[in-house]
Amino acid sequence: MSIAVARRGTLPGFGLTMGLTLTWLSVIILIPLAGLFLKTFELSLDQFWGIVTSRRTLNALKVSFGLSFAAALVNLVMGTIIVWALVRYRFPGRRLFDAIVDIPFALPTAVAGVALTQLFAQKGWLGAPLAELGIKVAFTPVGIFIAMVFIGIPFVVRTVQPVLIDLDPEIEEAAASLGANRWHTVFRVILPSLIPALLTGFALAFARAVGEYGSVIFIAGNLPNVSEIAPLLIVIRLSEFRYADATAIAVVMLVASFLIIFAVNRLQRWAQTRIPAH
Amino acid sequence: MSTETGLVTSPTQLRAYAPAADLNVSSPASRKEVARPRPVTSPDNLRTEPGPIRFVIIALAVTFLSVFVVLPLVVVFAQAFSKGITAYLATLAEPEALSAIRLTLLVAVVSVTLNLVFGVIAAWAIAKFDFTGKTFLITLIDLPFSVSPVISGLVFVLLFGAQGFFGPWLQSHDIHVLFAVPGIALATVFVTFPFVARSLIPLMQEQGTQEEEAAISLGASGLQTFFRVTLPNIKWGLLYGVLLCNARAMGEFGAVSVVSGHIRGETNTMPLLVEILYNEYQFVSSFAIASLLAMLALITLVVKTVLERRLDEGQPPSGD
Repeated sequence: MSIAVARRGTLPGFGLTMGLTLTWLSVIILIPLAGLFLKTFELSLDQFWGIVTSRRTLNALKVSFGLSFAAALVNLVMGTIIVWALVRYRFPGRRLFDAIVDIPFALPTAVAGVALTQLFAQKGWLGAPLAELGIKVAFTPVGIFIAMVFIGIPFVVRTVQPVLIDLDPEIEEAAASLGANRWHTVFRVILPSLIPALLTGFALAFARAVGEYGSVIFIAGNLPNVSEIAPLLIVIRLSEFRYADATAIAVVMLVASFLIIFAVNRLQRWAQTRIPAH
Repeated sequence: MSTETGLVTSPTQLRAYAPAADLNVSSPASRKEVARPRPVTSPDNLRTEPGPIRFVIIALAVTFLSVFVVLPLVVVFAQAFSKGITAYLATLAEPEALSAIRLTLLVAVVSVTLNLVFGVIAAWAIAKFDFTGKTFLITLIDLPFSVSPVISGLVFVLLFGAQGFFGPWLQSHDIHVLFAVPGIALATVFVTFPFVARSLIPLMQEQGTQEEEAAISLGASGLQTFFRVTLPNIKWGLLYGVLLCNARAMGEFGAVSVVSGHIRGETNTMPLLVEILYNEYQFVSSFAIASLLAMLALITLVVKTVLERRLDEGQPPSGD
């Protein structure tokens, strides 16, 4: 990829600032990430395959990706409901709840992790009543799922919210005046035009949950093959000095998250061509 | 808003904190709400649902946010103060706590400063000039948002660890990067890399280059132009980026955990100390440190809201 100037150079400093930007970017981001891939090439294909398809790795990837997908689905549904309430209705505390949506973004992950664990532990405020119902959350895969739901909710809300606000009111008024009932208007007219934003929010929540570490490990239980997430397995392999194992798992996760981002970018482009600009 | 600032790449920036996405996306939102109030209560309104359904949706939204988002926050403070305020303050005065607070502040200062300088430089190159590959460059700057924190730490272990690329050389020169402060700072710089640049790029693109060109044509030097013309225009956006960068730098857990080595009193940041104390069942101490981080998050959110309003107005404060 070449980066060449194509502007009448009225302002000074392009060469200098671009040079510094590329240098700093290379030192902090590109070289370290390249090192990860270089390290992988030290492995033979068989070794790499062996690590990635070992039972424990596969189970960790399954836990991470499977539960992230489930959590992102919940975020999709609950996020839509929250956006609808925040945008379409007026109720006491609406602005406060709008601000509250950002807390999972802002709260350090370790803090979220210990707080959720304490809340859902057997003697916790929610854990105790749930235990009476026979539901165990903390230190089970359910706990991982809960933490992922927590961390993902702002992604759906903040992606869909501006689109719903910008939605042209005339469309649904037209639908209604043409005889569509409210149910039809919502499900046949409004929700379809939210689909690109909903999918983007879903993908972002999913990608975040897959890589999440701090808010998950406390509540997870971390039992190999059952409640062990892939990022934790990387940390464990590192502490055992099995760098090759850690690197191979990291590469799989990295490639997966790049694919998700690529999909999100395509979605955004698709959405831009589909919905005329205002 | 220019699409080239990366509506295409913008999803990734939501990853950690959504700096530019907030600038692009939710601020126009609040603006429009003010401009176009909806008479939802009017009986002949075609754009709302029947009362009972409205009630159920609001109840679901409020319950979900209260249980999953507010309650964990309340737990932090309830646990921190469960043995009274004296115990709370005593645990914060422990040498271990103080050293963690000091290290967290040091790492935050270092990484915010570096990313502040880089962010301004990168935003100048990207927003004030046209060149091919711009979108690609922005995608590269965004990369840390899409990398798992654990992997962000891992890459530095692979570079500087004993078996790493530079490990043997560093060892022979007795330089400690990993399991020491430089490694923690590096990992933090990595995860907070995009915040300042991403807050500035859309803002500076929107402002164009006319004012700077005028200054240059009147004989101002490049640096004079930047400090007298550009900086006053971007100061709220810059502050916004610094705010988010700082919050993430102080709260980062995964990446720092991998490179820190958890040496007590030396390489433990506040989030790492939260983990250690929690695993030792010292709940009051753990949640006391956590409460400081939670307060940081709450203050960050309040200041962020204020700054977003400033950025919406596009006006400097009028001495209020």
